[in-house]
Amino acid sequence: MTLTKADLADLLFEQVGLNKREAKDMVEAFFEELRAALENGDSVKLSGFGNFELRQKAERPGRNPKTGEEIPISARRVVTFHASQKLKSKVEEHYASE
Amino acid sequence: MTKSELINLLAERFPQLVVKDAELSVKAILDAMTDNLATGERIEIRGFGSFSLNYRPPRLGRNPKTGSKVQVPAKHVPHFKAGKELRGRVDLSS
Repeated sequence: MTLTKADLADLLFEQVGLNKREAKDMVEAFFEELRAALENGDSVKLSGFGNFELRQKAERPGRNPKTGEEIPISARRVVTFHASQKLKSKVEEHYASE
Repeated sequence: MTKSELINLLAERFPQLVVKDAELSVKAILDAMTDNLATGERIEIRGFGSFSLNYRPPRLGRNPKTGSKVQVPAKHVPHFKAGKELRGRVDLSS
């Protein structure tokens, strides 16, 4: 089943022993710190999981797929994620064992 | 930002907790995310983004050194799609 913030908060309540309020706030704060770092132009490196990096994209020509009309896609900064070797091999192990 | 910097920032946000709690929390969150992805399940974090696996079908590749053909097996690779809030906050032009 899809993992959500509510599931993560339950885990912190059960495994770490935070109270329900703290667990919910901790999960929210965890992702807010990642967002804040990335917003500030800082990359995020979580060893064993992966890295979040920023990429500057130049403006490029695009098209409205419905009308075929050409519209430029503006320059923008985007987030990219690179899974760590550990995460990649865990995924591979699972499918290899099937 | 590294994992230890993240732990310190979280510890500062929760002065009633000990640093160890922040450390265990970060570890528990990342372990749960890893385990979920590793078993083929999605992760959906509102305001941050979603993680899923992308399937790469088997293909015939080439050894760049020798030029000989090699069969590259199918695989699943983790994929992240940034959510609306994260995309908006990171994009300076918006």
